[in-house]
Amino acid sequence: MEYLLLQILNGVQLGLLMFLLAAGLTLTFGIMDLVNLAHGSLYMMGAYIAWTLIAWTDSFVLGALLTLPATFVLGIVVERVVARRLYARDHLDQVLATFGLILFFNELVRVIWGPAGKSIAVPRFLAHTIEIMPGAPYPAYRFAIIVVGAAVALLLAWLVARTRVGMLIRAGASNRRMIAALGINIELLFSLVFGLGAVFAALAGLMAAPVTSVKIGMGDDILILAFVIIVIGGIGSIKGAFVAAMLVGQIDIIGRAFLPDMLKTFLSPSAAASAAPSISQVLVYVLMAGVLIWRPTGLFGQRN
Amino acid sequence: MATLLASLRSPRGLLTVLVLVLLAVLPLLTQAFDQRYLLSIGTRIVIWAIAAVSLNMILGYGGLVSFGHAVFFGVGGYAVGILSANGLHSGWLQWPVGILAAATWAALVGTLSLRTRGVYFIMITLAFAQLVYYIGAGLEAYGADDGLNISRSRFPGVIDLRDKASFYWLCFVLLCGTLWFCQRFANSRFGFVLRGAKSNDLRMTALGFPVFRYRLAAFTISGAFGGLAGILLANEGAYISPAMMSWIKSGDLIIIVVLGGMGTLFGPLYGAIAFFALEEFLPPLLDLGGKDWGEYWQIVFGPMLILIALYARGGIDSLLGRTEGRRNG
Amino acid sequence: MAEPLLRTDRLIKRFGGLVATDTVSIDVHPGEIHALIGPNGAGKTTLVGQITGNTVPDSGTIHFAGRDVTRLPTHARVRLGLARSFQITSVLREFTALDNVALAVQAHAGHSFRFLADARHDERLRAPARRGLEAVGLKERADTPAAALSHGEQRQLEIAMALAGDPKLLLLDEPMAGMGAEESLHMIEFLRALRGRRAILLIEHDMDAVFQLADRITVLVYGRAIASGTPDEIRANAEVRQAYLGEEAAGTA
Repeated sequence: MEYLLLQILNGVQLGLLMFLLAAGLTLTFGIMDLVNLAHGSLYMMGAYIAWTLIAWTDSFVLGALLTLPATFVLGIVVERVVARRLYARDHLDQVLATFGLILFFNELVRVIWGPAGKSIAVPRFLAHTIEIMPGAPYPAYRFAIIVVGAAVALLLAWLVARTRVGMLIRAGASNRRMIAALGINIELLFSLVFGLGAVFAALAGLMAAPVTSVKIGMGDDILILAFVIIVIGGIGSIKGAFVAAMLVGQIDIIGRAFLPDMLKTFLSPSAAASAAPSISQVLVYVLMAGVLIWRPTGLFGQRN
Repeated sequence: MATLLASLRSPRGLLTVLVLVLLAVLPLLTQAFDQRYLLSIGTRIVIWAIAAVSLNMILGYGGLVSFGHAVFFGVGGYAVGILSANGLHSGWLQWPVGILAAATWAALVGTLSLRTRGVYFIMITLAFAQLVYYIGAGLEAYGADDGLNISRSRFPGVIDLRDKASFYWLCFVLLCGTLWFCQRFANSRFGFVLRGAKSNDLRMTALGFPVFRYRLAAFTISGAFGGLAGILLANEGAYISPAMMSWIKSGDLIIIVVLGGMGTLFGPLYGAIAFFALEEFLPPLLDLGGKDWGEYWQIVFGPMLILIALYARGGIDSLLGRTEGRRNG
Repeated sequence: MAEPLLRTDRLIKRFGGLVATDTVSIDVHPGEIHALIGPNGAGKTTLVGQITGNTVPDSGTIHFAGRDVTRLPTHARVRLGLARSFQITSVLREFTALDNVALAVQAHAGHSFRFLADARHDERLRAPARRGLEAVGLKERADTPAAALSHGEQRQLEIAMALAGDPKLLLLDEPMAGMGAEESLHMIEFLRALRGRRAILLIEHDMDAVFQLADRITVLVYGRAIASGTPDEIRANAEVRQAYLGEEAAGTA
């Protein structure tokens, strides 16, 4: 019972991280109609920049906080130099150019930080466990990820639902021409959205770093998962991204946690151990295929 | 023959003939100059060119941005590998099974994905490729993540694939066959429907074409040739691994097609040559500029891709001038 | 009168709260030109969509050539002899004029799962295509890419494509849209020559053309067919005059 609860929490934690990554992606997708494969690179850059700033300030919190404006600027630069030239292009151009950005960033990281991976230590004040239920200790750091992730998700929900920028974002996601008609400075709005997406991606990257590791290409595979999430949720829908991220988080963790035992009943333990993570990944893609067959534009996507 | 001679007069035709002749005699050249390493690059170029030509059938002529084409490397390769690991070494069995498996998978994926549009199509083809990737990564019996060394397909008395030059020539002949088919295919009634649907699928439907069926057929054919490339790739290194079907490889294939020229017959071949040439020769070139710069060649290649996407979508083929008469595409 | 070629029976299509077509019943008989008129937003496009199979009606049926085609996909209806031109010119821009018509011929020449023979040298496609181009007066432009044709020529090309399959019914969605006066006259002459040989459902804003060409006219307003009859009857219909034509249009016609 406790084990199940802890695994569900792990799923929530993964889901929230994925949501942070997917939120920016779904907005750039929905508003600017940009397939940004390089979004995973911003996730990676967030982790690397945080590694440097944490070492420099000798404080996890301070370093993390400084990372956010730094990646905001990075996002703006990427938007101004490359991304904005792609909005009006077809998806193939976008795939190609942002694929180029991935190669560039992976190599840039190798030049600046070297080929070896880095690790960020769990901050000391979170390096303990807390008892969520009697007899169920849970790492405080993971719990902190959940708290921060949930807070940011709420902030984003408030931003989109209640503020003027959010109103424009919603309008833009459902009808791009409308914001143009409203006489809004679109270039500024696009830069802002892209920068914001970069910050969320970087936050996800830096928070994930102590749990996983900081390495070149760390954003490549997770990016595909983020794409799967926004496609399941429906492109442009924040709510959809949230629901899908939670679903995917649970499937992934439950698969990893419980499949090995189930598989052991008919596979050798080592085969079960290597098959389980794959099967949980496969399940995620099966979910996506199923959703798309059922609803070709995702759970909360625009239907025309 | 007359058309072949006529084509020699244009720079495009001349280049094509030159490239094909060079490729045909490559093993002799590498032997003469004792550059056996170049033959292995040449083999990879030819195999990837087959895959790129097959992707071009749907991407270039059909306008369908399939982002999971490397999956056919995997399906073809694993068909060979799994049969071989179970003691079935005959190429006469392995190859048809591999091609059939790839075509079947393509038909299945096509049935589900061709109902979606635009970005959803890109993502669903990617997702199905990832699905196979993770299945491969989970096959403990066949090496899981690490992959598996296999023995090469056997065609007793016909050809020994362990001989590098013979294997190269086999790949080259298969490339020529693929190009021949693609040329016929693009100009056939079928190809017209496919290209018409790329241009304006609403119009094609209104003319009375069940566009979905034609696209599905094209997708399946393309998958079969992709599977062939996978079979060759597995035999080239005598090795299979999930890495051969990672999404990055699918991206590489798209790059090759666009780099060479989408919807042109020889574009994918030019693209494959350029891609591998850049990979091989950009690093030493950069090393001239400074010590160890070559190690970071992708820092140049990445922005190059961006520039190509932004300003040079016609690819290498378009640098050779417009095609005589009508454009294919 | 004989069985109509096309008959829609109480077609209803809603988009959210808006009723785009409200129990619309129209019919087209063999050989007649039936014009559909109505102000913008009257539901003409939605009705056309339902007839061609791009839009599925919420209720009601469509019969064509003696069959219930309500659930049939577009390409199957085309096979039965329903051809159309588009309101916004819709040709294959990268292909030559001749290629465009040849593809239209090909659509009716059995399946196209033929992978090896060169379609550009297939006289079974090219010869009828050339005749089709000649019929609409585009013979000289056969090898010009469709994108390079003038607007009027593209509209003519569309008609040639629609006629290529020897259809029973031609659905023309504003064939005169964007044409100059001379081109319009040319098109009217061409359509007049088709009268009696082919059934045409004509959607058109140009009232002069409609009243010159049509055997019957149906007036669509706010999704409802408010009147249907000969040009003279429509001209005399008080409701139509009030709701749509206005005194001025009735006077000039």
